[in-house]
Amino acid sequence: MEDILLLQAIERYLDGTMLPAEKAYFEQLRKNTPEIDQMVVEHSMFLAQISAFADRQQFKQVLHHSHNKLMETGEINEGSAIHSKGKIVMLWNRYKKVTAIAASVAGAIAIITSAMFAYFSPAVNVSQLQQLSKDIEVIKHNQQLQGSLINEVKSKLPENARLISGGTGFLIDTKGYLITNAHVLRGSGAIVVNNKGQEFTASIVNIDPAVDLAILKINDKDYQPLKYLPYSIAKKSGELGEEIFTLGYPRNEIVYTQGYLSAKTGFDGDTLSTQIQMNSNPGNSGGPVLNKKGEVIGILSTRQTHADGITFAIKSRNIFSLVNHLNLVDSSKNNAKIKLPIKSYLANNNREEQVKKMEDCVFLVKAYNN
Amino acid sequence: MKVEFNEQALLKGLAENDTKAIETIYKENFNMVQSFILSNNGSYDDARDIFQEAMIALYEKAKSESFVLTSKINTYVYSICRRLWLKRLQQMGRFVLQTDSFEETVQVEDDLEIHEKRNAEFAIMERALNSLGEPCKSLLEGYYIKKLDMQELAKIFGYTNADNAKNQKYKCLTRLKKLFFAQYNIGE
Repeated sequence: MEDILLLQAIERYLDGTMLPAEKAYFEQLRKNTPEIDQMVVEHSMFLAQISAFADRQQFKQVLHHSHNKLMETGEINEGSAIHSKGKIVMLWNRYKKVTAIAASVAGAIAIITSAMFAYFSPAVNVSQLQQLSKDIEVIKHNQQLQGSLINEVKSKLPENARLISGGTGFLIDTKGYLITNAHVLRGSGAIVVNNKGQEFTASIVNIDPAVDLAILKINDKDYQPLKYLPYSIAKKSGELGEEIFTLGYPRNEIVYTQGYLSAKTGFDGDTLSTQIQMNSNPGNSGGPVLNKKGEVIGILSTRQTHADGITFAIKSRNIFSLVNHLNLVDSSKNNAKIKLPIKSYLANNNREEQVKKMEDCVFLVKAYNN
Repeated sequence: MKVEFNEQALLKGLAENDTKAIETIYKENFNMVQSFILSNNGSYDDARDIFQEAMIALYEKAKSESFVLTSKINTYVYSICRRLWLKRLQQMGRFVLQTDSFEETVQVEDDLEIHEKRNAEFAIMERALNSLGEPCKSLLEGYYIKKLDMQELAKIFGYTNADNAKNQKYKCLTRLKKLFFAQYNIGE
């Protein structure tokens, strides 16, 4: 009983309903009796806790109501209408057994087939490699984001376009020719974005899935050709242990990463590519791999999924063969020939200066479907 | 009828439990989160769950005194949902996100830590309340959560007067505190 009286007093003290004289007396009591003081502190904490709890419960209710209300007004929705769901459920119930049997037969066949395939096929285990392009599911928000980056320019994505992948690309000719990975360009078109967030429309000029390279051309009147490219494209692929670096767009912002050349061949002895030790992320695909003299020795393309920092780059000499082929084919048309940069202006610069000069030449590539 | 809320006003409204503000934030962000969850192995229920959890986190952040939101609301909500969902996927033992999207995200780890700590505390409170038994549970809920006064409560529960109800309430409260602190202090 005494406890209850005390609790009652504490609660009245805390919610301020005590008379002044009573309050003074109680405060004196608190001062002199540490146990009571402790009880007051504890109780005030408990009350705060229960009132926060009450608040949380109420807010949950409000959210629940809001959800139902917005569902009713159709401002949000969750999939298909209810009656069609009923039908599906009915069909499911009716054909459950048949489906289950069919599924298990199919499953068994699939397992046997893939086991046989795995056994007889000497091919590269593709799942061990991950292409470093980015997949995109949600695009609405992204377009808003683009909008916030460049307020004065509307996004150059066609309306209703769905972004499906993204990566990096870099200029190989000041006229607006870019190189990137073929796997970055999975959609029907592409736009490129420079490091200041400005977008340009681009078309695919040549694509070679076998070497995983593609050439894009910026055909946008807003594009102003650079005076020169600071780096060169090297024909040789570099020495083991050589220090290298890359610029790319694993985020919407340009990111610098460095590493070293760790093997002269790529995954499983692939001679088209080299292995580099560097932490790469989805979105780095298509980025230039440069040595310290500012020569592009490769194009970053894939990484090994279950190993840390093992990344592969396509050797830069593949760019030459792709461009030569294109120049031959295109000589008939009025297309200007691509001239690859063969002299690096970065050799005597320190890394910060090199990166600064290069930034304008490395673009974010976004592929879309419409 | 259409009022243009800006973000600060929306957050202020949210902190003050303004239905209009809550609904506005809800409808402007729900679809984005839903499509994110659906495209990452989630169901409609998961989407609703995760989204409402993020709304609670935003609400409690908006109410706190030290409140500063350094990003846009949609970025914040998306970041919270993304973190929560990745965590849940990991708990279910699924391999996650070989691919990532272009969405902008902000650091929410610290906020989520606070949020989870709160969740844990509320779970203790809920368990304590549930193990009280009736009529203690309803009496305390009536007083502390539904904020009814003693007169009304006496009437609802059939006490002859408010004083008796009050006495009973204190008895129940003492028990609840014991239950709560027994678990709360272990949790510390």
